[in-house]
Amino acid sequence: MNRRFLTRALGIAAVSSVALTGGFAQAKDSITIAVPSFLTGGAAGPFGIPAMNGAKMVTDAINNGKLPAPYNAKGFGGASASLIELDEGGGATKQVAEYRNLVEKRNVDAIVGYISSGNCQALAPIAEELKQFTIFATCGTPRIFEEAPRKYVFRTMGHATSDNVAAAMYVKEKFPNVKGYTGINQNYAWGQDSWRDFDLTMKQIMPNTVASDKTQFPKIFAGQYGSEISAMSLDKADLVHSSFWGGDLEAFIFQGAARGLFKKKLGVVTVGGTAAYRLGKKLPDGLVLGARGPYGILVKDRDSVLNQWFVNTYKDIYGIYPSGPAYQYGQAILAAKIAYDKAGSDASDEQLADALRGVTFESFSTTVEMKLGGGHQAATENGYGITKYDSEAGENVVTDVKFYPASCVLPPDGVDSVEWINGGMKGAKC
Amino acid sequence: MLRDNTSKVVLIGGILIILFGAVAPNWIVNQLMFGFSRALAILGLLVLWRTGLVSFGHAFYFGLGAYTVAILDIQLGVTDVFVRLLGGACLAGLAGFLVGFIMRNYRDIFFAMLNTAISMVLYGIIVKTESLGSTDGFAISLPTIFGVAPETKYPLFVVITTVAIVSALLINFYLKTTIGRLTTPIRDNEIRVEYLGFSVAHAIHLKYTMSAILAGGAGALMAMSLGQVDPDSMINWTVSGELVFITILSGPGNVIAPFIGSLVFEVLRTYAFELAPHLWQLIVGGTFLTIIFFLPGGIWSLISKLGRSTS
Amino acid sequence: METFLTILLDGLQFSSYLFIVSAGLTIIFGVMKILNVCHGSFYAWGAYTSAFFIGKFSEMGLPDGLGFVVIVASAIIVGLVLGFLIEQLILKHMYHRDEVLIVLATFGLFLVLEDVILIAFGTDPYFAYQPMALLDSVEMGGIVRDVYGLTLIGVAALVAAGCWFLLNKTKWGTILKAVIFDREMGISMGINVPFVYTLTFIGGAILGGLGGAYIAPTISVAPGLGTEVIVLSFAVVVVGGMGSIMGAAIGSVIIGLLRALAVHELPQVELFVVFAVMAVVLVFRPEGLFAPAKPRKI
Repeated sequence: MNRRFLTRALGIAAVSSVALTGGFAQAKDSITIAVPSFLTGGAAGPFGIPAMNGAKMVTDAINNGKLPAPYNAKGFGGASASLIELDEGGGATKQVAEYRNLVEKRNVDAIVGYISSGNCQALAPIAEELKQFTIFATCGTPRIFEEAPRKYVFRTMGHATSDNVAAAMYVKEKFPNVKGYTGINQNYAWGQDSWRDFDLTMKQIMPNTVASDKTQFPKIFAGQYGSEISAMSLDKADLVHSSFWGGDLEAFIFQGAARGLFKKKLGVVTVGGTAAYRLGKKLPDGLVLGARGPYGILVKDRDSVLNQWFVNTYKDIYGIYPSGPAYQYGQAILAAKIAYDKAGSDASDEQLADALRGVTFESFSTTVEMKLGGGHQAATENGYGITKYDSEAGENVVTDVKFYPASCVLPPDGVDSVEWINGGMKGAKC
Repeated sequence: MLRDNTSKVVLIGGILIILFGAVAPNWIVNQLMFGFSRALAILGLLVLWRTGLVSFGHAFYFGLGAYTVAILDIQLGVTDVFVRLLGGACLAGLAGFLVGFIMRNYRDIFFAMLNTAISMVLYGIIVKTESLGSTDGFAISLPTIFGVAPETKYPLFVVITTVAIVSALLINFYLKTTIGRLTTPIRDNEIRVEYLGFSVAHAIHLKYTMSAILAGGAGALMAMSLGQVDPDSMINWTVSGELVFITILSGPGNVIAPFIGSLVFEVLRTYAFELAPHLWQLIVGGTFLTIIFFLPGGIWSLISKLGRSTS
Repeated sequence: METFLTILLDGLQFSSYLFIVSAGLTIIFGVMKILNVCHGSFYAWGAYTSAFFIGKFSEMGLPDGLGFVVIVASAIIVGLVLGFLIEQLILKHMYHRDEVLIVLATFGLFLVLEDVILIAFGTDPYFAYQPMALLDSVEMGGIVRDVYGLTLIGVAALVAAGCWFLLNKTKWGTILKAVIFDREMGISMGINVPFVYTLTFIGGAILGGLGGAYIAPTISVAPGLGTEVIVLSFAVVVVGGMGSIMGAAIGSVIIGLLRALAVHELPQVELFVVFAVMAVVLVFRPEGLFAPAKPRKI
């Protein structure tokens, strides 16, 4: 508690000094921020739309100076931002073409967003080539900052390694009797990385468990998992790990629950947060549920001013509680504000990048330390809880919530995730 | 070979475009690069279409070309633009030559669908193979030209435009040779062509292989100008559909038509995406239907009409 | 033994789903020689319509059993409305054009209809779990299965039997077979071919819609669900032989069973299996296993 208070205080100090030094540059009146997110396809409803809502809500509040302190200064370095909404669907190649258009044709000032790991991985080198200040909001693959140093690209949330290391630690702590584990993950960077990190961590911290040799990797957006569920039901493993997200996750939970999969096996869903609000009573009790960090249902009741503002404002506008993607996009927009406040609204991409590099700031639900990937990749805590339907309130709640600090679930700067896990997670402070 | 009007227009127009690219804003250079790269594939489809054959699966060759560049880059570290281009085109050509033995026996809708089927096999393999990038694909490094890594995209643009000019001239020349002229006759009456002493199967096989080489080259250039390949944007059936769409949009009238059609498509898609991010498919699909119904000769029919009325 | 039974049931369940959708595709192809790309849209519209109304009826407090009526009704409505409109407004004016051009028109339609779904139903997924919940689950071969999924096998059998009866035991079947075999001869025999086309297209559309409507309660009905289906049903039709109902049935069973086997024994090759089967069939029998006989014309 003490430590958290300290980091928070430091964060606020850092940010207020930012606010003080900024604002002297010759200010622009307005800036354009492109916000790509899934507006079509299966990922739109559960992920893309809440994400876009979060971005819009926070941008509005910043433009009008309505964010709680210390962010109550109006605008992005004084400038009011207009958002360009973009569809993230259609594959990485299409996104690369669109990205080039955004930069070279539409001359946007900043690009903030992206959900799919596939897109982020494709765009990071393009952003560097075009020298475009870009903040990735949600995508998870650790490869982005591990395969090459970046200068213009940032990510303001923890990457997949923290999700899966934290999941394994939570399992070890709360379900020490687990004997074996299997998994169902999508066959692209996100799913492959997630399973690999979970599998490797389990081998390190619960060496007596057995990994199934028949883990499933269906194609993303497949929608029907009947055979996969049968195969996993017959598997001896008593734990099912999944990094499914969005519509795929909801379909999988439906089909699995109807067939008693989660009664027989412990389900661990690393991106389950979005489903908790949407599925209501249909979400099975007893799932180990994560939200890719301290977001959504896991932090609904955190009573910091910023968090309560976020939850209540979102509920007022959109009628539902904010899920993870809303938080993550809001957080990325906030990071953009911090960069602009520090560098000035007319700052170059280079100055903006310099301003955000290595910053620590207090976000809506947690402290974000930009300390990995040479100051470009955020480190945040990560946590899990267990689902339970609260029939009195008529909504899902999570019990036994436990958070692990960033230094416990993420490798130190400059260390590759896989090597870190395989090396016994040296330097982890839990 | 360069004496007819089309060749002159291609040459002069091409040189003007290369000069224009030196002063044009980057996004226009990009659109031109994408457009011209894709136009090579359309050029191949045009040759087939004149024979009455429409392939609903040329993304197979397009993707093969693109992925050859990716593998050359990632596995072998090949960066030279010409090696990559030739690699992509040759591999696609070889595949086209082999598949051609089956394809030359099929016509009409069966020809279209068998091509789709073959492209989906490649799609299935790549999507499921992690070492081939599965759904994510690969990022591709900027190509070098004669060992020099260019600062801007302009040199690549010059290469692409030059390749486009040369291909257009060659195809234009081919269509005037005897074997090249065997397009409409085959479409209209194959038996008559056989009685004239030509082998329809051989003629089709040649055209099919040519179209595969062109599509492979198109994929290779596209991969280099975009800097990314992935199966959904390179090999999926929707990509084949797009290629045929642009062919129809361009019209079969002239070898210049594919270049105009591809550019129009590129601009259409860019603006559809910009104006209606939710509904760009509707705009593209709607245009598609409109062209099929109201402009069966494609954009080229408009241009030639215009040319006739002024002269 | 447990594994064997499970693979068999999984496979048949998946085959059934494939068959219902591909039957519509292959009928349309057989009679009209149209590879109907917007078949995926019929599927998507069927799924959306049934999910929407199942949800609405449940909200209104009507009994969940009504869901099954909704499913059938959705398929018929989608087939009638979309099938009729598309055939009358677009395809009818194209029959004199090149077959391949018609394929492209259906591709354009597919793109348009994908986005019209977004306009009509929004981007939020729909859940229509009520019919599935109503039928509960049973234990078979050591694992729990939902009864709803098993009924899919019955529905597919009904569709197959219905098609067989229609084609072989009714006058309509004779007419259809005549048109499939030789359209010009059909016309000269006095068959009203345009009318046959309209009915065929509607019938195929209903089957496409039925596939979507019946599967809707087990999935999250979300935008983009039509794209995957086309590829799979296309593979089935290619393997079975384009235009043959029998072929679609055999193709579905082969692909369904092999895929289930792959998921259980070698999950890495799950998607690959589908296309590998297609490739093998293409190399050795490019017209598919059960291609309908073709008259030789000069």
